[in-house]
Amino acid sequence: MTTTVSTPTTSAAEPHASDRATAENRLGLKLVAPAVVMMLLVTAYPMLQALYLSLFRYRLTTPGEKQFVGLGNYATALTDSLFWQDLFNTVVIMVVSVAVELVIGFAFAMVMHRIIVARGLMRTSILIPYGIITVVSAFAWQFAFSLNNGFVNGWFQWLPWISADTNWFGSHWPAMFAIIVSEIWKTTPFMALLLLAGLSQVSDDMLEAAQVDGATWWQRLYKVILPNMRAAIMVAVLFRALDAFRIFDNIFVMTKGAQGTESSSFLTYRQVIEQFQLGMGSALSVLLFLAVLLLAFLIVRLFRVDLAQARGEA
Amino acid sequence: MRGRTAVGIWTGFVLILVWCLLPVVWILSLSFKPVSETTVGSPQFLPKTWTTQNYSDIIANPDFTRALLNSFGIALISTALAVLFATFAAYAIARLEFRGKRLVLSLALAIAMFPVVSLVGPLFDMWRAVGLFNTWPGLIIPYMSFTLPLAIWTLSAFFREIPWEMEQAAQVDGATNWQAFRKVIVPLAAPGVFTAAILTFFFAWNEFVLAISLTSTTAARTVPAQLSYFVGPDPFNPPYSQLATASVVVTIPVVLIVLLFQRRIVAGLTAGAVKG
Repeated sequence: MTTTVSTPTTSAAEPHASDRATAENRLGLKLVAPAVVMMLLVTAYPMLQALYLSLFRYRLTTPGEKQFVGLGNYATALTDSLFWQDLFNTVVIMVVSVAVELVIGFAFAMVMHRIIVARGLMRTSILIPYGIITVVSAFAWQFAFSLNNGFVNGWFQWLPWISADTNWFGSHWPAMFAIIVSEIWKTTPFMALLLLAGLSQVSDDMLEAAQVDGATWWQRLYKVILPNMRAAIMVAVLFRALDAFRIFDNIFVMTKGAQGTESSSFLTYRQVIEQFQLGMGSALSVLLFLAVLLLAFLIVRLFRVDLAQARGEA
Repeated sequence: MRGRTAVGIWTGFVLILVWCLLPVVWILSLSFKPVSETTVGSPQFLPKTWTTQNYSDIIANPDFTRALLNSFGIALISTALAVLFATFAAYAIARLEFRGKRLVLSLALAIAMFPVVSLVGPLFDMWRAVGLFNTWPGLIIPYMSFTLPLAIWTLSAFFREIPWEMEQAAQVDGATNWQAFRKVIVPLAAPGVFTAAILTFFFAWNEFVLAISLTSTTAARTVPAQLSYFVGPDPFNPPYSQLATASVVVTIPVVLIVLLFQRRIVAGLTAGAVKG
């Protein structure tokens, strides 16, 4: 768009044009520099620091005893059943919440796409869970599931496995269920909005053509709508999966990791901040980082997403 | 056929409203329950007797008001700085040809996916060494870095839609460089910048991991972190009414922003991610 304005057409203008290109290149780099420096300062440098610290047995309370242990911390972490238990919890939370959100979010997007009146009201309500701080939503759900003060037991007693004295935070799976509910509630709107944007890119002409050809609702959904929304779905899944993998706030508030509900992020936090085990904590940080990287790689590979290209930035 | 679809949509509409607002109404209702009711256990949804005592209590709590001040200060400063830097970067990405453009976007994306907890250890160590632990800048610096990716992606998507040729057209019509920029580009870019600012503010207002890890007193502790310290002596019986009330108070700014700018927020959220 802009290049058409400044592209020289004659060869005589060439040296001038390359001067201009150099100047533009330099200005561009200057303008992005502050942001890039800022981002690297707080991520790349500390990450290298973590990589270094992870090779030591290093406890803040006894800094004199800092001792090089090589990959010892990694070996300890990877052979500890707690590490795998926490990783398993994290994956369960991620898979269940993203899957449920995808279905509910899609249903929401379909409704929002078709609704004509009260769009403002709809948009406002859908943004409220998105905007509310996670700690607050975690409290709201913790209180809702609470044995003494929550409404959940009272409202859902007609279900065979729920009674007036169901203690949701008393054992592993019910506690996990409560955590997952809070996660799903909070982030479904984000999913719905991304899917809505994708839905609005599906052309009505194609849908009408399919309808004229006698396609049923399901056929239209599977053969026209979903394939055309592929990019939007992929982006939504990628963002949400990586986000859910970092789950921390809800667990911190709702169970503090009790009943074996700890996530990988929580384990890392506990090692560093509560036990001052900087060496072990750093090793866990590196493992968490590698896990996120692997996850991102797998999702991108699986779906063959090129984000820059999807946006026409290439 | 058409009637059935309409019924479906209206049912969906009501379901969405209930989904989004039920927990909000619930926490609001808890905040109006007298303390006596929640300590003996009151599983009913609405208060038996309504009271505003919790609100006067929470406003009188110096730890809470201090945390509220910290939250506002830290979130606003991080937002202002992040949006300023992101505007430079996004302008360059949308407008200029330079090497490494793709690299910057990829870096931003990688950082947006970064597990924040991974940095808690090293930052904790570094911040203590350089005296940033438990200070405002100690939170502002990481918040800026973590909100830059979102701001850069959102803004560059907005800036790509701006017809930059208009600036030149204005110059041809006799406007100076500065006039052309200020009268033509700034009004077109402002909504995008504003949207990026709202999303950035939401992030900083919401952030929790760094807020509890890099602070130790109310000197810099933000509201999300402070809320987790309200739990009191018995973790299995937290002060429900007080927590609910504090939750309502921190949610008010969010609700106000959403009410005023819902259209822009939706545009911003989707522009960064899926606009093709």
